[in-house]
Parts: sequence; structure tokens; C-alpha cells
Amino acid sequence: MPLNKKIKELQEKRVKVLLGGGEQAIEKQKAMGKRTARERITSLLDENSFNEYDMFVEHDARDFDMDKKSLPSDGVIIGSGTIYGAPVAIFAQDFTVAGGSLGLMHSRKITKIMDHALKMRMPLIGINDSGGARIQEGVNSLAGYGEIFFRNTISSGVIPQISVILGPCAGGAVYSPALTDFVFVVDQISKMFITGPEVIKTVLGEEISMEDLGGARVHSEVTGNAHFFAMSEEECFDQIKKLITFIPWNNSQKARAFEPGEPKPEFDINKIVPADPTLPYDVKDVIRAIVDNSDFFEIMELYAKNLVIGFGRMGGRTTGFVANQPLEMAGVLDVDSSDKAARFIRYCDAFNIPIITLVDLPGYLPGVDQEHAGVIRHGAKVLYAYSEATVPKLTVILRKAYGGGYIAMSSRHLRADFVFAWPSAEIAVMGPEGAANIIFRKEIMSAADPDAMRKQKVEEYKAKFANPYVAASRGYVDAVIEPSETRKFLLHSIEVSENKDVPMPKKKHGLPPF
Amino acid sequence: MTKKDILGYLNINTSLYQTRISTKFENRKTYKPADPKVILSFIPGTVFDINIKPGQIVKKGEILMILDAMKMKNKLKANMDGKVKSIAVKLGDKVSKGTVLLELE
Repeated sequence: MPLNKKIKELQEKRVKVLLGGGEQAIEKQKAMGKRTARERITSLLDENSFNEYDMFVEHDARDFDMDKKSLPSDGVIIGSGTIYGAPVAIFAQDFTVAGGSLGLMHSRKITKIMDHALKMRMPLIGINDSGGARIQEGVNSLAGYGEIFFRNTISSGVIPQISVILGPCAGGAVYSPALTDFVFVVDQISKMFITGPEVIKTVLGEEISMEDLGGARVHSEVTGNAHFFAMSEEECFDQIKKLITFIPWNNSQKARAFEPGEPKPEFDINKIVPADPTLPYDVKDVIRAIVDNSDFFEIMELYAKNLVIGFGRMGGRTTGFVANQPLEMAGVLDVDSSDKAARFIRYCDAFNIPIITLVDLPGYLPGVDQEHAGVIRHGAKVLYAYSEATVPKLTVILRKAYGGGYIAMSSRHLRADFVFAWPSAEIAVMGPEGAANIIFRKEIMSAADPDAMRKQKVEEYKAKFANPYVAASRGYVDAVIEPSETRKFLLHSIEVSENKDVPMPKKKHGLPPF
Repeated sequence: MTKKDILGYLNINTSLYQTRISTKFENRKTYKPADPKVILSFIPGTVFDINIKPGQIVKKGEILMILDAMKMKNKLKANMDGKVKSIAVKLGDKVSKGTVLLELE
């Protein structure tokens, strides 16, 4: 056969494979508001950057008449490409082929690209759209999942791993996304659960829709399984691309530096925070008044809103922000927000991203439900994560820093490198009302007018202790600064922390309280 | 003004903070001490067998019911000596975790 004929043969083979599960199946996919696997990849990656591998891989299952079935590419597309020039390895399950079900060869394709990503030290993006295990392939299918989970774990903290849920992801399959760094979901399209509505109905007689059980909103607001929520696939891809600009390619690098830019003047740092510590404000405005171009990229925006996390740039360099949010639940620490903070701190530490912590919290949320939900164990994660982190740690105490919350929020005692406090800071063992009630209990009880006496004692306590100067006199705070000096102090701190090197005792790994 | 814009007050260590109150916090379960006489389902499943009748005297450790759940026949044992006051379920009922199955006295 002459070469041009052989080339034509290849082209014909490709055309067949590129049709995936066929026109009908593609129509069905589109009717659900979903793109096909290859469309998703090409719209996410830089134009013409996608190189596909293993296009002609097929299953070799024989049981249940599977030998008579051809499944193009075995229901998953793998390859590599670039996003804004950054290399990424990618796989996308093809729902049009046998419902994107995972058989042995399907899983081998995924693990092949995972191995590749780890070896080449580049980020991995997985697009999940699958009905689950390919039942006909039995235990081989389970083996496939296990091999994926193992690689997710081994690659964790070495290369960034991103999961995108663009369809169902049910049963054991959910554990791959759960092991990765960031999970992206899209309203009405993403569905994640261990046991689906049908099983729940048969076993319990409880009726619930897929959306209410494990839809995008549920995982973004209630469970905390998802980190980014979008209304469309397009918006979701924009979020992924933006995230890629903030993170390094692997754990031995730093994120790419960008041209620095000043915060926008509409975020006036002197006017955001009320002096009265019981009044709310949006701490994201404080972040926007500090970061380059006022560009703050929030993570887990809808979950545990009493604590804000996300990326911004300081002098062009990626920086992680952790901030109490007085606007939501007074900015308390609780089970969910502790979990959210701890995971993010560890992410930043693993990928060489300095952490800026903005502190304004009244303490931990009281309540039987919190205690019984294990706020001790979960709260301890924050202490662990901050103590263990060796990236530059910068802290700004805006207002309240009371009790255990003060210690937990990147205090000097957990080895913050720089601790700054605004003149409005109140660093004390507890809030003035609570403290006065305990310290001056006798005076208040025996006073002719207990209420007046209480008021007087609260004022006395406030005057003496509700300020940053007691902590500053011990060196727990490095500098009391004006709000308008914040960016200047932080930029300088990040600059001088560039070559921070902290020796840690040798160990296999620590035992964080998870 | 939507619900999200409404600010409430949260009491932390006797200080009142003006803030938004989360749905999760508003819907939290208020604590009630457990009553050892009220026997609850410890697993979601189907009532497979009922070994007792109202008025019957039972000893601690005696099997009261069998719940078919998670492909297992799960034994529900008496946690104390007592007399069966009432049975709240019948054979074949699907129960979720925490459903009242029977009461002792």
C-alpha cells in the first residue's frame, strides 16, 4: 500500500473514533447541556495545543457478550496540552461511549496519563462524566479505580491535581476527586454521591432528587466537597484557567510571577473596618484593598463563609489568603471553617505559596452540635496546619483576636514570620464582656447597681487590655501599623522571606488530626 | 432585601455580634438527652422479625427485633431489663436511622 493510502487509512480510522458513541449519543449529551469529552478538552486548553494519546485503545472483555461490542477509545480521552502556556496532562471521560463506564482499559488510559503527569511534574486535570464501574468487567473495574486512587495519593502534594465533575460521578468513583486538590462543579450538570437516590429509596423509602442529594450546589454549600461552583461549563473552564495561573506546575517550583499592580482606589482600607468590634464588614474588601489590582480569586466561596480563603498576588507573586469573615457568623471558627482553613494552608505549604492571614474573630462557635461534631479535633487541624507550614507566614490582626482563636490564626507562637496589628486590634484572652464578668464577679455581684458596675468594669478592661499594645510589649506583635501601611509592610515581608529555610525534625510523616 | 442581607446577632462569650446567621446554624438540632427506654433504629433498614409483644417482660441482652439492612440480619438487643410498653413498627416497615421502634417501661 502506498504511503498516501496508509495515511488515508489512518484518517478514516480517526474519523470513526472521534465520533465516540455515535451521533445519537452525542445528541443526547448535548440535550443535557453537556459538551462532548473532546470538545471539553479543546475548549479548556490553548488552541491547537492538545495531543491525544491512546485513541485506538479498546477493551478486551469477553463476558456478557462484551466481545461483540466496540467501545471507541474505551470511553475516555487522554493527552496533554497547555493552558496559557503551562503544560497540563488531562483525561476526560466520554459519556457517549457506554455511559463513560470505567473498565480495565479505560482505567489503564487514565493511570497512564497520571503516571505521565507525575513523571513530567506537571498538573493533572481529570474531567469526570461516568455512570460508574463497567459492571460487565467485574473486579477488573474495581482494580482500575484502586489504581487511580493510589496514584492520586502518591501524586498529592507533588503535582497539582484538579477534578472537574461534568456529569454523574457516583459510588467509588467519587473518591478520585475527593483525593485531589480542587474540585470544580457546574449547576444542574454535576452529580456526586456514594449511594444514589434509587438505592436510598429502596432501602429507606426516602425520596430525594439527584440534585438535592449530590448536585453542584449541595457540594459547594453543604458538604464542602467542591471548591468552585459555576453556572455553565464555559464559566467552569474560565475558573480552571484562572486557577492554573495562580499555582506552580509542581512542588519544586514557585507559581509564575506576573506584572505587579496597585489595588484599585475604590477599596479604601481606612474606611472598611468599623472600630466597634461587634459590627460587621466584608473582609474580602480588605483583601481587595491589599492585593495587586484588587484581584482576589476566592476558593470555596459558598462553604463555611465565616472564613475566607483564596489566592491573590502581592508584587506579582501568588499569595494565599486566610481571613475571618465578620460578616458571616461573626467570623467564628467552627468545625467546617477549621476544615476549610487547614486544607488550604496545607495546599499553600505544599506548593510554595506564602500565606497571609487576616485576623478578626471572637473565638469558637459555642454549642452542643459543635462539640459533638468534634470541634476539638477539627479545630486542632488549623493549629497543626499553621505550625507545620514552612512557607512564609504573615499575619495581620485587624480587630479581635481573642483566646484560642488568637493562637490558632497564625500567631507568633505557631511561628508566624511577621505579625502586624492595626491600632484597632484587641488581642486578649477573651472579649471584654466575658472577661469582666469573670474577673470582677465579686465586685459586680456585691454592687448596689450590678449593671452599672458591670458596665464600668467592662470599660476598665477594654481600656487596659482591648488593644494591640500588651501583645506588642511582649514582642508577640512585630509592629503596630496603620491600615494604610499594610500593603507596604506585607510586600516587604514577602520579599525578605523569599529564601526562608526552616529545618524540621526528621520524620516519616506527622499525624494531623484527620 | 433578600434573606442574605438581613443581619442578626450572635452571642459569643456574652458579647453580641451583628452578623449574618447561616442556614446551617439556624437549622441545627437542639440537644435532647437520650431516653434509654425508647429504643431507636441504629441502622437504616427493614423490620425483618419482631420477637416480642406488648406487655412482655424482657431481659437485658434479649433479641427484640431483627433489622434487615446492608445485606445483614442485624439483631436489636434490649439495653435493659423491662416490660415492652409499645411497639411502633410492624413487619416489613422501612425505617431510617433513629426511628422509634419500641418503648420499654
